Amino acid sequence: MTATLEDAPAAEQPAGEIPTFDVTLRVRRYSPENGEESTWDEFTVTAHGTDRVLDALHMIKWEKDGSLTFRRSCAHGVCGSDAMRINGRNRLACKTLLKDVNPDKPITVEPIKGLPVLKDLVVDMEPFFASYREIMPFLITHGNEPSRERIQSAEQRERFDDTTKCILCAACTSSCPVFWTDGQYFGPAAIVNAHRFIFDSRDDGATQRLEILNDKEGVWRCRTTFNCTEACPRGIEVTKAIAEVKQAMITRAF
Amino acid sequence: MQTHQYDVVIVGAGGAGMRAALEASGEVRTAVISKLYPTRSHTGAAQGGMCAALANVEEDNWEWHTFDTVKGGDYLVDQDAAEIMAKEAIDAVLDLERMGLPFNRTPEGRIDQRRFGGHTRNHGEAAVRRSCYAADRTGHMILQTLYQNCVKQDVEFFNEFYVLDLITTHDLSQGDVPDDEDVHATGVVAYDLQTGEIHVFQAKSIIFATGGAGKIFKTTSNAHTLTGDGMALALRRGFPLEDMEFFQFHPTGLAGLGILLSEAARGEGAILRNSEGERFMERYAPTIKDLAPRDIVARSMANEVREGRGCGPNKDYVLLDLTHLEPAHIDAKLPDITEFARTYLGIEPYTEPVPVYPTAHYAMGGIPTNVDAEVLRDSHHVVKGLYAAGEVACVSVHGSNRLGTNSLLDINVFGKRAGRTAAAYARTASFTELPEDAAARTVAQLDEMRDRPDGDRVADVRRALQETMDANAQVFRTGESLGQALTDIRELQARFRTVSVQDKGRMFNTDLLEALELGFLLDIAEVTVVAAINRKESRGGHYREDFPKRDDTNYMLHTMTYRRPPSAPDAVDGTVEEYFDHVEEFDGYKVVLGSKSVTQTRYEPMERKY
Repeated sequence: MTATLEDAPAAEQPAGEIPTFDVTLRVRRYSPENGEESTWDEFTVTAHGTDRVLDALHMIKWEKDGSLTFRRSCAHGVCGSDAMRINGRNRLACKTLLKDVNPDKPITVEPIKGLPVLKDLVVDMEPFFASYREIMPFLITHGNEPSRERIQSAEQRERFDDTTKCILCAACTSSCPVFWTDGQYFGPAAIVNAHRFIFDSRDDGATQRLEILNDKEGVWRCRTTFNCTEACPRGIEVTKAIAEVKQAMITRAF
Repeated sequence: MQTHQYDVVIVGAGGAGMRAALEASGEVRTAVISKLYPTRSHTGAAQGGMCAALANVEEDNWEWHTFDTVKGGDYLVDQDAAEIMAKEAIDAVLDLERMGLPFNRTPEGRIDQRRFGGHTRNHGEAAVRRSCYAADRTGHMILQTLYQNCVKQDVEFFNEFYVLDLITTHDLSQGDVPDDEDVHATGVVAYDLQTGEIHVFQAKSIIFATGGAGKIFKTTSNAHTLTGDGMALALRRGFPLEDMEFFQFHPTGLAGLGILLSEAARGEGAILRNSEGERFMERYAPTIKDLAPRDIVARSMANEVREGRGCGPNKDYVLLDLTHLEPAHIDAKLPDITEFARTYLGIEPYTEPVPVYPTAHYAMGGIPTNVDAEVLRDSHHVVKGLYAAGEVACVSVHGSNRLGTNSLLDINVFGKRAGRTAAAYARTASFTELPEDAAARTVAQLDEMRDRPDGDRVADVRRALQETMDANAQVFRTGESLGQALTDIRELQARFRTVSVQDKGRMFNTDLLEALELGFLLDIAEVTVVAAINRKESRGGHYREDFPKRDDTNYMLHTMTYRRPPSAPDAVDGTVEEYFDHVEEFDGYKVVLGSKSVTQTRYEPMERKY
């Protein structure tokens, strides 16, 4: 009987599923209440084939060290809570499968860069949202509201589709070397959200937004390193959007 | 400790909370308190659309929409509320468009519309194109648009503040008050996650818009943060929760993960198949097949699996087949959900069908309100100054089963109404003084939890709760399985009193907050199961295998669950019907059931066929 019971978990594993494996996470820790310096902690957990980095972080928090602190909510890449630096690249922990980041070696997990760290993997998002708010991220129109919907062709709608996908996770902005050295720079996310309205045929506020982004901390700081495009978990062509905003500033055509 | 005073305090910054904020903040001094950043709210995960009878692409009208909502809810819908929702849907969509929401467009440049489950032409003749959408990220666009407009309107937010108590003039959990005496909500107590500081908010009007409680289940489409906070806080102050036994299981969660794949997939032509490749929904809903309402599709899927026609090595899921759709069409209309299949299961939906199984999705029940979003303290008295909107509330527009897209509609229509009513009340009312020790209960609870030296882990108790709910209170239920769930919950409530947290710090103590959230989950699971035990019939999302028929004679009533002291009478407001006289004793309190009548206007209950 005992043998049968012990065999049961193995028998339950569906054929064809990737087996379990052990994975080590090297996590950057910082607690404002326990001294000034950040440290590295290593944790080894047993993961399943489809587990994500977020699952591993949960295993650590729920089974090993309850004080490990990170943000998360939806757990499938739409809420933007859990952007972090995983093996040196900005990603969403809930969208990064462990098996895709070489679990044979320790996986490093750090907070995103360029924003003040509050605790462990949690950063202060206020400067990020402040830049977002500055570019007037809302539809600006003149004259009377129409009695029905505003008319917009499918082509006009398509023009700004890519930048409507932004979830404000800050993966792009906090991957930008310009932002790392100059926290005043608006950063890719704010420009992406400006793009979303500048190229919306219903919007009348493009001139104002371009004026704001023409600032010395504006769009011209971009050095086209493409880090932002690589970092975006929504697949937005961030660098292209920034280039289109630069172009619009020169030609005033949008 | 800090104290604040606002005319209107809104708890929750999802769709309902922010829609309310846009109404209230222009009128009176308003604050929004959210345990997340507003754009993290789970409204953003909604995919398929928001129905409104715009008739942009084919004939439609709000009366058909009302009928579909009533029938979809298996006639437990309050028909006056459903009619308001269907009528105001049209303006709700147009409001969003004018705020800037980038809807998909028709060739003429109007808002495009597509088919969705249970939405039909002329009372069930055929599926109708009623859902206004933005690809499969309609919820994302609604959340972003509402937040953008809150920025425009300079709405004041308290982000990452957890509301942990509701202050009222009477604590009904300690006993009833006479019918002619008013009960006022006067404030909330919140915990600032970043600093660990307590904030007391005094308000003339308080709107709860805290969303759902999907994390009582293991397999769920819900975010980790959907822990029923608002519902539990109301319950703990003795306010009733309505129709908690009705929980929606969305048919198409990614198998094993529960991540939502929108009904829009089937709206765009995807088909559910069993292990024999059969389009099995033809047998269960011959007219609208895969676009039957969610309760019916979820049950049909679970039944296919139970009868051995499931797919995969364990035969424990069915397949959602999109392979006959053009890849370009999939990319244009369903980009996000197909990416979920690729990212999380490594499946290419162009060429391979996607493994799916029902996932806990939506609480039809919640804090009872009237159509002006005023919270009820029993079947007919309102609580002064307390409002609820969105998933936390039960108006009831969804009855025993919500139709797809009607939740995005609900948050916009009733969020707006809540904001207006709350602001109007605040303009006429004066502040009620708070007790000196308004935060004492919360501080004691936090300190006690933080200081407990050792004990059960929060995660272990939560996992056990979620497992018993999945095993015993899911798509199929029996008296026996529900009895088991209740036994387990009693044991877990006892264990909860011994859980300890490891993080003893003040700042960003998410360990502590998870423990408090577990307390909410247990309280919500408890009343969900008690209400489900009492309802000995099958209706909408509540399917009792031991009572497989709908019983309109005895159960055409809303369930009300109240928390009362052990010594209180076993009836709350004198309207207790014979079949709603259940009382369940717990440690230190009891759950007393009552009922509330269903408002019927146009439609007589009929057998529900699709």
